[in-house]
Amino acid sequence: MGVGFTTLFGKEVLRFWKVSFQTLLAPLISTLLYLVVFAQVLGQRVSVYPGVGYAAFLVPGLVMMAMLQNAFANSSSSLVQSKVSGSLVFVLLAPLSEIEFFSAYVLAAMLRGLLVGSVVLVTAGFFFPPRIHSLLWILVFCFLATGLSGALGVLAGVWAEKFDQMAAWQNFLILPLTFLSGAFYSLHSLPPLWHFISRFNPFFYAIDGFRYGFIGASDVSPWESLLIVGSTCLALSWATLALLRSGWRVRP
Amino acid sequence: MPAVEIRAAQKSYGALQALRGVDLTIEQGEFFALLGPNGAGKTTLISILAGLARADAGTLKVMGHEVVQDYRAARRALGVVPQELVFDPFFSVRETLRIQSGYFGLRHNDDWIDEILENLHLTDKAEVNMRTLSGGMKRRVLIGQALVHRPPVIVLDEPTAGVDVELRQTLWKFIRQLNGAGHTILLTTHYLEEAEALCQRVAVLHKGQLVACERISDLLLGRQAATLEEAFVGLIRDVEI
Ligand SMILES: Nc1ncnc2c1ncn2[C@@H]1O[C@H](COP(=O)(O)OP(=O)(O)OP(=O)(O)O)[C@@H](O)[C@H]1O
Ligand SMILES: [Mg+2]
Repeated sequence: MGVGFTTLFGKEVLRFWKVSFQTLLAPLISTLLYLVVFAQVLGQRVSVYPGVGYAAFLVPGLVMMAMLQNAFANSSSSLVQSKVSGSLVFVLLAPLSEIEFFSAYVLAAMLRGLLVGSVVLVTAGFFFPPRIHSLLWILVFCFLATGLSGALGVLAGVWAEKFDQMAAWQNFLILPLTFLSGAFYSLHSLPPLWHFISRFNPFFYAIDGFRYGFIGASDVSPWESLLIVGSTCLALSWATLALLRSGWRVRP
Repeated sequence: MPAVEIRAAQKSYGALQALRGVDLTIEQGEFFALLGPNGAGKTTLISILAGLARADAGTLKVMGHEVVQDYRAARRALGVVPQELVFDPFFSVRETLRIQSGYFGLRHNDDWIDEILENLHLTDKAEVNMRTLSGGMKRRVLIGQALVHRPPVIVLDEPTAGVDVELRQTLWKFIRQLNGAGHTILLTTHYLEEAEALCQRVAVLHKGQLVACERISDLLLGRQAATLEEAFVGLIRDVEI
């Protein structure tokens, strides 16, 4: 990994930084709106785990949801934009390996996800000061989950050739996965079928494990979540790198 | 070692054969023109040479480096000005050139960037966002981007489309200067008088096949033509019969 890689990474960071109104502030506002609405409406009535208030349950879920969505949005929209505008050639002409290409996009996506997550957490913390059960689990799931989502974004960006194809990924994959992930509820409160389906959703494990780091309670063991999020992340990265090496849709 | 060596390059898009086995060798230091009607396959050949597309068959080398196996060395040796007017709307002219330098591993390249800007008459636009440039100015930045890493082989795919007369001349002066300094130039253009004035050798591509590859003077002599344009038109007419 040399100067070429750091330049591409830096360019990707600069890209979202220059439009931070859309890429950092907008997600903060939408997440806070969720928080206000759900914590206000459900806060008094719902208790998910004994001794844990609803806001304490909800905040980590919303933070992780924002991280997942923004990491995905960063790598996918950057790739599809530069494909549509043609400016991806500048990267493709450069002597960068597939690993450098992939890591630069994923790391920039992770950084955006982590920034959005931190800003949301700090802001929400004014209203609902968080408990911290284990900082280590929090950090592990931060990095793995944004990595997973950033890699998924690269895969989507490699695949998509137009904006509407990317919108399909957003609407038919990312949105359902993040909303059916137990950010707002515990899996145990779901009917058996939805419970069963949610068990195949890697975002559920990302949220459940991340939340464990805050409140020390979870639907499944954090080790199970670690195993599933970690292996999904590895498998996705491996598949995306293989696609990049084949040149599919990028070097046709 | 030739600057560019292409052996039996083939490329199809579905049923369309864009390249049907092209062989082409360009020696170091040449100013070479690749001509052909619209859709002949010029851009396709350049894309494969630059690693932007993959050949179905054949081997392509830049300065002796095979473009897929030895892609790092091959891409370092090559500077490409794409035909399409593409740009990254997030950055200024200088940022664009700095980023491009970085992709090629160059961190402190501002002296050369300043020289490029001056030669392309872009010095006063250096800090301006790419979006606000005119078409011809964007084209000049594209040329600058191809030169940041001082590649020994420079490929220009219709670099003067949309560039005004005065600038065309300063541009050619600059490219000639680079050629004089030892850079190999591969040029595609539909302005045949430009090719005639600048290049020593020319290849003509027609429907994915090379139908001529020789010195311009020999081509004119062989076809008893007064100008390259006359020779070209006659050649294309003959092969289409
Ligand atoms: N990505 C693609 N998918 C399908 N067909 C393509 C693609 N790129 C090029 N072609 C086809 O391949 C042929 C050669 O195209 P190419 O762009 O190489 O021509 P060219 O010689 O550069 O023409 P021009 O002078 O107009 O730039 C054309 O018939 C074109 O339609
Ligand atoms: Mg072309």
